[in-house]
Amino acid sequence: MAKKHRMPIESGCPDGFQYMHPAMIRNFGQWQYHTHPRVGVLCHIAESGDAIWTVRAGTQRILDVFTLRKLCEIGDRYADGHVRFTIRSNIEYMVDDEAKVEPLIEALESNGFVVGGTQNSVAFISHTQGWLHCDIPGTDASGVVKSMMDELIDEFRNAEMPNRVHITTSCCQINCGGQGDIAINIQHTKPPKINHDLVANVCERPSVVARCPVAAIRPAMVNGKPSLEVDEKKCICCGACYPPCPPMQINDPEHSKLAIWVGGNHSNARSKPSFQKLVAAGIPNNPPRWPEATAVVKRILRAYKEDARDWERINDWIDRVGWPRFFELTELPFTKFHIDNWRGSRKSLNASTHIRF
Amino acid sequence: MKKHDTPMLDQLEQGPWPSFISGIKRLRDEHHDGRVNGVANDLLGQLEHSYETRRGYWKGGTVSVYGYGGGIIPRFSEVGERFPKSREFHTLRVQPPAGNYYTTDMLRNLADSWEKWGSGLVTFHGQTGNIMFIGADTENTQHFFDEINDYGFDLGGAGPCVRTAQSCVGSARCEQSCCNEHKIHRSLVNNFVDDIHRPALPYKFKFKISGCPNDCMNSIERADFAVIGTWRDEMKVDQDEVKAYVARKGRKYVIDNVVTRCPTNALSLNDDDTLEVDDRNCVRCMHCLNVMPKCLSPGDEKGVSVLIGGKRTLKIGDLFGTVVVPFMKLDTQEDYDRLVEIAEETIDFFAENALEHERVGEMIERIGLVNFLEGIGLETDPNMIAHPRESSYVRTDTWDEEAAKWFERRQRAKNGESEAA
Repeated sequence: MAKKHRMPIESGCPDGFQYMHPAMIRNFGQWQYHTHPRVGVLCHIAESGDAIWTVRAGTQRILDVFTLRKLCEIGDRYADGHVRFTIRSNIEYMVDDEAKVEPLIEALESNGFVVGGTQNSVAFISHTQGWLHCDIPGTDASGVVKSMMDELIDEFRNAEMPNRVHITTSCCQINCGGQGDIAINIQHTKPPKINHDLVANVCERPSVVARCPVAAIRPAMVNGKPSLEVDEKKCICCGACYPPCPPMQINDPEHSKLAIWVGGNHSNARSKPSFQKLVAAGIPNNPPRWPEATAVVKRILRAYKEDARDWERINDWIDRVGWPRFFELTELPFTKFHIDNWRGSRKSLNASTHIRF
Repeated sequence: MKKHDTPMLDQLEQGPWPSFISGIKRLRDEHHDGRVNGVANDLLGQLEHSYETRRGYWKGGTVSVYGYGGGIIPRFSEVGERFPKSREFHTLRVQPPAGNYYTTDMLRNLADSWEKWGSGLVTFHGQTGNIMFIGADTENTQHFFDEINDYGFDLGGAGPCVRTAQSCVGSARCEQSCCNEHKIHRSLVNNFVDDIHRPALPYKFKFKISGCPNDCMNSIERADFAVIGTWRDEMKVDQDEVKAYVARKGRKYVIDNVVTRCPTNALSLNDDDTLEVDDRNCVRCMHCLNVMPKCLSPGDEKGVSVLIGGKRTLKIGDLFGTVVVPFMKLDTQEDYDRLVEIAEETIDFFAENALEHERVGEMIERIGLVNFLEGIGLETDPNMIAHPRESSYVRTDTWDEEAAKWFERRQRAKNGESEAA
């Protein structure tokens, strides 16, 4: 007899209030201001006079249950058992007694977690699934991030940047990592290699044709089989055809490179939100430690740290000093590939005599 | 169990940042359940193979739990003969509590359930905002879901559907918050559970909620439907605190870092070290409030702005969300119902009019904002644009009727009716 299935309870998004620290419930919507007693710690003061301290720590993000339980144990022993996670996957412990802050920090650090990531720090790098779990990845974001954070750990702990720096990584041009002050993303440089034996069985050909941003794909008979062909002169190597049609393999061990983009800023503070801009490409996708990508990121961070004014995010800084100066300070080459040619691109050109000499 | 050699991955155990590889090895070496040891071992083997060959070896497929069509990311190994114990390695996307709050007790419950049925690897949270339970075979996917669903967790979205939403820390711990992010979050997504669990839209549809224009949830750039807290009366200035701040930091610092950074020149430092604010021209950018949180605060007449159409590159290029509701209050249940109604109208219009694999922002780009606004019953407003059209290629023969509508709307607004009503 067929097994009886359990019907799902379509409860949707759970109510967060049931897990909140009591001081947060008590003072909900009544917070007055906050201070930053040290890197990795925030102190919020409510109108009632209540205070809550938050201790933020970076982890490996891909948590095994041992690590998760260790984080819980620290939360029970040194904090109040209430935690949350930031959008960049840091864990935050909330306590209502200042005396708990130092022992909590000590417990986190002695267990290998990294306290920091607040205010003007290089925050934890937000990243995607990569070779560990994605079906279309060109690289392994977890490995890139681990390697890079090993070298940027002092910037996470010290908060000495002009303003906060959000770094993201993405394993393909879909860019699940999102916009960042600095983004390290896969950039393919060759058209897909097509396995014509499989296309007809695996791919819904009209939707693959429709998916191409530059109409470079067309149906074709290849070796007597219905397949697809790519006009390689038109192809921009974006990889959009690969998810709906895996026989159009875009990932290439040698030709899938890393590119670095800067100036993506989600906040409305000062200027309106901005998208990231290409500054470097052709960087080798070089596991297991990706040293070339980290070197470029560090070069950009050094120039920003030395040259930007307080409170300038990377986009604000470049807006002030101009792109020629950015390329000069970072010693990155400026090439024809930096000049946009996608629709609307004339708006990115300099239609003025505003030139810095 | 023969352990796979992992010379490349071993290099990711060096360095001061916590290592995810060390965590997977602990599951392989120290976990009491032989099933978990075997899965971790073969996962490491396949990952090492990816590092050696610079290629991924997971393929998608179709896996779901009974009664749902989405929420699971199916993963089948292409090299499963060599790594059989992680051959099926699906991810369950689970919706976190609004604002990402947990107790350690609840996290332990989740850990207990997950090691019983899955790999023991979990991420808080994926880029869309889900708890990512990474690695269960097809059968255990159902068992794990049944278990956590019984204590209050539900799957998120995957595929062309309404996706899991995100909201910031919000009113629970932030003085800049202008709304109840968590109530907005749950009012919106929990109205669309059917559209989350049974993918039937042209493409994905994401809600994100930020309590203030700092937009910590990146909603303008990443959400199809962004709700952002704001205020429309005067910002609050504690002049004594301003004076104390100037005394502490110096006039030059305040002028260089606060006054001259205001994007609309709405600030002026008076001779007596108090701050003058031209609230009529303040665009609520948040910069001065961020620098001087003890001195400056949002006003009392709080509400939200709604922006629609943000997304990343594919297919037509990056798009920001743009304003469709400049301001609406969220004081009463009717206000929340109206917000949900705007979301329903948007999703209905999107479902009917978008092309396959087209995001709502791309649809608006194709048909024009005005057609979209008319489709969902919102009126035009100059806050929706950066500037009026520059192109003369437009037919304006109903100008007089449209102008009359504008004056009518102005009159209604004067009479105190809400704009978003």
